Amino acid sequence: MDAEIVEALRAGDEAAFAMLVAQYGASMLRVAQMYVRTRAVAEEVVQDAWLGVLRGIGSFEGRSSLKTWIFRILTNTAKTRGERESRSVPFSALEGVDDEAAVEPERFQSEGRWAGHWAAPPSPWTDIPENRLLSTETREVVARAIAALPPAQATVITMRDVEGFDSEDVCNVLGITETNQRVLLHRARSKVRRALEDYLGDH
Amino acid sequence: MKLARDLTCKELVELVTEYLEGGLTAAERERFEEHLGFCDWCVTYLDQMRQTLVAVGSLREDDVSPAMEASLLATFRGWKAR
Repeated sequence: MDAEIVEALRAGDEAAFAMLVAQYGASMLRVAQMYVRTRAVAEEVVQDAWLGVLRGIGSFEGRSSLKTWIFRILTNTAKTRGERESRSVPFSALEGVDDEAAVEPERFQSEGRWAGHWAAPPSPWTDIPENRLLSTETREVVARAIAALPPAQATVITMRDVEGFDSEDVCNVLGITETNQRVLLHRARSKVRRALEDYLGDH
Repeated sequence: MKLARDLTCKELVELVTEYLEGGLTAAERERFEEHLGFCDWCVTYLDQMRQTLVAVGSLREDDVSPAMEASLLATFRGWKAR
């Protein structure tokens, strides 16, 4: 599959290029936005990344999947650009991640027989109609919650849960370990859930 | 006889991602599911997390703007003509 597309690109097949753009373009734009300030700059990053893909395709050896390779070019391009804008994603500082809880500690009982069990339990969202959960307003709440995350967490949840990358691809593209990936994903998902709970709370 | 004491809710919420990712060992998974068997609140929490993932996934839009597509195709033609 990859091999055919690579051959087509090398041969200058515009339809193959257009297909790849349709497949990855929107994802690349959202990932690029994790590294730079504006959509306009993110679009330039995507543009530059594609140029990098075309220039490099002749020497692509297929040691990683084409997708992983393309997104690695994208994140490298975005990182360089982000550093110039002094907004680099501090993946190297991952080991020092703060020790934050998924749920505010005060929502659990602190003593007695049921210590560590819910004091203020979550309410089911099952009676919320699906169209409310997927409404424009709710999606804005989710988008804002993701934008407020530390960059590494925002990048991981965007790649995994918005774009549907598997964890191996995310680790390969970002150069992080499986454990780090999971910690970042856990923090990110937990915070987005909290934002949704705050928003949906009085339904 | 149990080898380990029961999980608390506070511990369970920290394992939710590993559970959903299939990263727990068989024994950990069993403890996790045993807790769910008696704790409706944690079942609710897990449901909320699943719904959160649906909401996050709904941010996905598959289309690049026509303007961007056009400029990428121009990039491609420029590269091809090099």
